[in-house]
Amino acid sequence: MKNIPCNTAVYGAAGLFLCALPFFCNAYWLDVCVSIGLYALLALSLNVILGQAGIFHMGHAAFFAVGAYTTAILNTVCHWPVLWVMPLSGAAAAIFALVVARPIIHLRGDYLLIVTIGIVEIVRIALINDVFGLTGGANGIFGISRPMFFGFKIVKSMQFYFLVWGMVGLSLLLFYGLWHSRFGRALNYIKEDDVAAEGCGINVTHYKLAAFVLGAFWAGMAGTLYAAKMTTIAPESFNFMESVIIFAVVILSGGSQLGVLISAFLFIGLPEVLREFSNARMLIFGLAMMVMMVWRPQGLLPPRQRRYKVPAPPDAAREGRPA
Amino acid sequence: MTLLRLEEMSKMFGGLIALNDLTFDVEAGSIVGLIGPNGAGKTTVFNCITGNYTPESGRIFFDGKSIAGLRPHKVVELGIARTFQTIRLFGRLSVLENVLAGRHCRTRAGLLSCMLHTPAQRAEEKAAVARCMEELHFVGLADRYTEAAGGLSYGNQRLLEIARALASDPRLVILDEPAGGMNDQETAALVDTIRAIRDRGVTVLLIEHDMRLVMKICEKLVVLEHGTMIAQGKPEDVRQDPAVIEAYLGADDEKW
Repeated sequence: MKNIPCNTAVYGAAGLFLCALPFFCNAYWLDVCVSIGLYALLALSLNVILGQAGIFHMGHAAFFAVGAYTTAILNTVCHWPVLWVMPLSGAAAAIFALVVARPIIHLRGDYLLIVTIGIVEIVRIALINDVFGLTGGANGIFGISRPMFFGFKIVKSMQFYFLVWGMVGLSLLLFYGLWHSRFGRALNYIKEDDVAAEGCGINVTHYKLAAFVLGAFWAGMAGTLYAAKMTTIAPESFNFMESVIIFAVVILSGGSQLGVLISAFLFIGLPEVLREFSNARMLIFGLAMMVMMVWRPQGLLPPRQRRYKVPAPPDAAREGRPA
Repeated sequence: MTLLRLEEMSKMFGGLIALNDLTFDVEAGSIVGLIGPNGAGKTTVFNCITGNYTPESGRIFFDGKSIAGLRPHKVVELGIARTFQTIRLFGRLSVLENVLAGRHCRTRAGLLSCMLHTPAQRAEEKAAVARCMEELHFVGLADRYTEAAGGLSYGNQRLLEIARALASDPRLVILDEPAGGMNDQETAALVDTIRAIRDRGVTVLLIEHDMRLVMKICEKLVVLEHGTMIAQGKPEDVRQDPAVIEAYLGADDEKW
């Protein structure tokens, strides 16, 4: 398989582009770009589960919702600052993921997919029904305060843009580290052949759960950013369609991190670009997806092979094996 | 010293008795062959030892510890590594990464140190790569470490599986038809490799259909038929055994 090289230069160019981008956008497009950043964050976290470990998980919006609601409740009821509750929201989503994933983690492929769809629906319906009297029912929660970043209040879209994309940048670095380590490899082994992985000494259940919990933690933190940006959240923002979009972004990306970014731009940006075609825009969009899947079924940018520095070969052939 | 001991082990699949009261020992430092006609239950024995199956009754002791019913990754951690009859490599990953899979259980870096690439994680990773390259030198695939495992020839894929198994520092390796799909030349080289594994102090238990290979390298044979052991002992004694001859003649056209 030929891989397009995505080295430091490409990432540098992408970083410069993303830093310059908001200065060429009007208010509307700036909001679109913030939204793209949030989807990129969600897709990066789902990429650990779906792209790296190959677990068909279509309920990511559930973890996003748990994070957003945790932030909203802690902020409006306890008046804790938004960014301080970010790790807590992540942790809440992670614990929720651990509880719901533990009994279903042994399911494979399409079976797991169906159960995860169930999870996102259960969460949405629970939120509408105002569980524990905390979620505000179908109206949701409003009056979430703006985040303070080192004494600097984040209100404008431009500020949110850099907050969200800064988080994306940080996630890229951390997830890259994860990918190029024994942890990332273990997820890849499971994706390729989980029986062989277990037979090689990899605790498959543990790593699948770890992928789930980590992905949920990140989705929960994305939920915090979303709640802070919107100041109002409602159950309908976390419906099944959101899960499908995040899922599709990851599938379209091919599994590499750069691919996820490009795919998020295409997926969220393209329908906005096509707005002038009004009703035909989803048609065009759907057609583009189909063409894509026929001509590039492996996705936009599949991850390249990891590179390793190997020690120089020993001078003499090792004992016990004649050349 | 007995490294592996099976005691009265039985395994059923529904109403079918796959293994019936199987008892045998594997001495540390030996090469033991498990043979028998097709469907005799050889691979089932392997799957019970490695934890892929749980035997209905009986005991399995590895180095004195009971291992029946442990999950496969636990068994690998204790020091039993295996290869698969139908090759199960991670085909799209590189040759080196396949061997690193075997090394996984001997490395410790956690989630956070992996994300942050801490100095300890880097040192561990470097040592793991070096160790896996040694295993690739051992089986003769070192110069192909960047290639995708799925692109190797059949014989080389079998060797790669052996390297992957050895990377987990096993005390016992279980080889399921290691010569399957190999030509005569590759099989001859395999004999040397298996002996070299034993000379490293690793005990070898293998299933093999190539009788010349089995007779040449095994110090002990265990013969199964219909899930029951019909003979065990030195290769030259086993081949004279009337029960073994009967089981093989007509049932299988192996050349003795």
